Amino acid sequence: MDYQFLWRPVIQSLPQMLGGASVTLQVSVLSMAIGMVLALILCFAKMSSFAGLRFVANIWIEIARNTPALFQLYFFKFGLGAVGILIDSYITVVMALAFNTAGYMAETFRGGYAAIPNTQLRSARSLGMTAFQAQVHVMFPQLLRAVYHPMTNQFIWVILMSSLGMLVGLRELSGETQFLYSKTFRAFEYFAATAIIYYLIAKLVLGLMTLIGNKVFGLNRGGVA
Amino acid sequence: MISVKNVRKSFGDVEVLKGIDLEVNQGEVLSVIGASGSGKSTLLYCINGLEPVQQGVIEVDGMSVHDKKTNLNHLRQKIGMVFQQWNAFPHLTTLENVALAPRKVKTLPKAEAEALAESQLKHVGLGDKMHLYPNALSGGQQQRLAIARALAMEPNYMLFDEATSALDPELVGEVLDTMRLLAEEGMTMIVVTHEMGFSRDVSDRVAFFHKGVIEEIGEPEQVFGQPSSEHLQKFLAKVR
Repeated sequence: MDYQFLWRPVIQSLPQMLGGASVTLQVSVLSMAIGMVLALILCFAKMSSFAGLRFVANIWIEIARNTPALFQLYFFKFGLGAVGILIDSYITVVMALAFNTAGYMAETFRGGYAAIPNTQLRSARSLGMTAFQAQVHVMFPQLLRAVYHPMTNQFIWVILMSSLGMLVGLRELSGETQFLYSKTFRAFEYFAATAIIYYLIAKLVLGLMTLIGNKVFGLNRGGVA
Repeated sequence: MISVKNVRKSFGDVEVLKGIDLEVNQGEVLSVIGASGSGKSTLLYCINGLEPVQQGVIEVDGMSVHDKKTNLNHLRQKIGMVFQQWNAFPHLTTLENVALAPRKVKTLPKAEAEALAESQLKHVGLGDKMHLYPNALSGGQQQRLAIARALAMEPNYMLFDEATSALDPELVGEVLDTMRLLAEEGMTMIVVTHEMGFSRDVSDRVAFFHKGVIEEIGEPEQVFGQPSSEHLQKFLAKVR
């Protein structure tokens, strides 16, 4: 073993890597936002009385949860590409991560819903609220609160999984790192530095989500009554 | 006036209400007693339209509850309801809990809704708890909060569905006192209860439910003092 550690190239290309990290964050936030909206729609579709809606939701959820995220990404990039639908890598990664997040979070939403006593809905309706008002003002805030921790986990997961972008040519943090490494062959140094940056991003996001959770949902107030 | 005419209600194959006829006049307090499963609570759910009926008519102030043309959301504003399991909205403060429906349903401005909420909270003795979240309140306080929340819609009627049954024994009194206060103020109330003492003291009339029918109805002295139905005699012997 006469490998000599050489950190200079890493330090010199740190600005480029941070540029990649910013793409990672953008892609993750976008995927998460779109995925959460889709998850809510899927959750309602799955609880709907229309068989057609339930069918579509079930297929989506089954595929998203039971196939590798990598295959889902490849489907959007190369599968659609094979039939002539060519999509930019950035958008492909957002689509795949949002698709996956929607499938996972739809089930989490459904579980969160089941955890709210149905007497809450009855109380709201007994006060004269419409079904929609009861959902928006009484059920939804409690649902968000119930799924807040799983949602934070999913967010971290999305950030880490966005590294798959490297495989479809997206210059996010991993893609950027691979590009730099291929020029210098300082594999260990580059990927060690990348791992540290991922770790710091994950910790930063976790910290932010905790702060927001405490502020908005009063999660530090203790359990639900 | 609430009028119930020949109401039949089933859950699947099980008939829970087997032809109920009842009238509750303005200012009257009717308490409903009977064994669990006799249909008492179901009747309340039917009166504010939370449950459909299979037959018969329920009218509140002349409006038919189960008529498709009736705006139920509008009608329910006249009928406050308090449930057995206290149902404070856990994500809102006590004040916000009470102000929510006036704001969203009656579209009152925030300040007005909160002033209304504040006065109702003081009314039920929670004036000092306005900015706490429900998980900081005892069961009795949460149930009084539920009463204030219903009152903030300024209903003509209040329905109580075993409002004290889920409470620890030492907390029952404060909720009954609040209900007694409402009765003294002239609120029209239907009170489903297992509290015989309360029923006897506060009610104008008492209805005894047995297996989906009203087996006996009358003034408390008569129902508790000289019960004529055999089932009622047995029931009273058990609960005493």
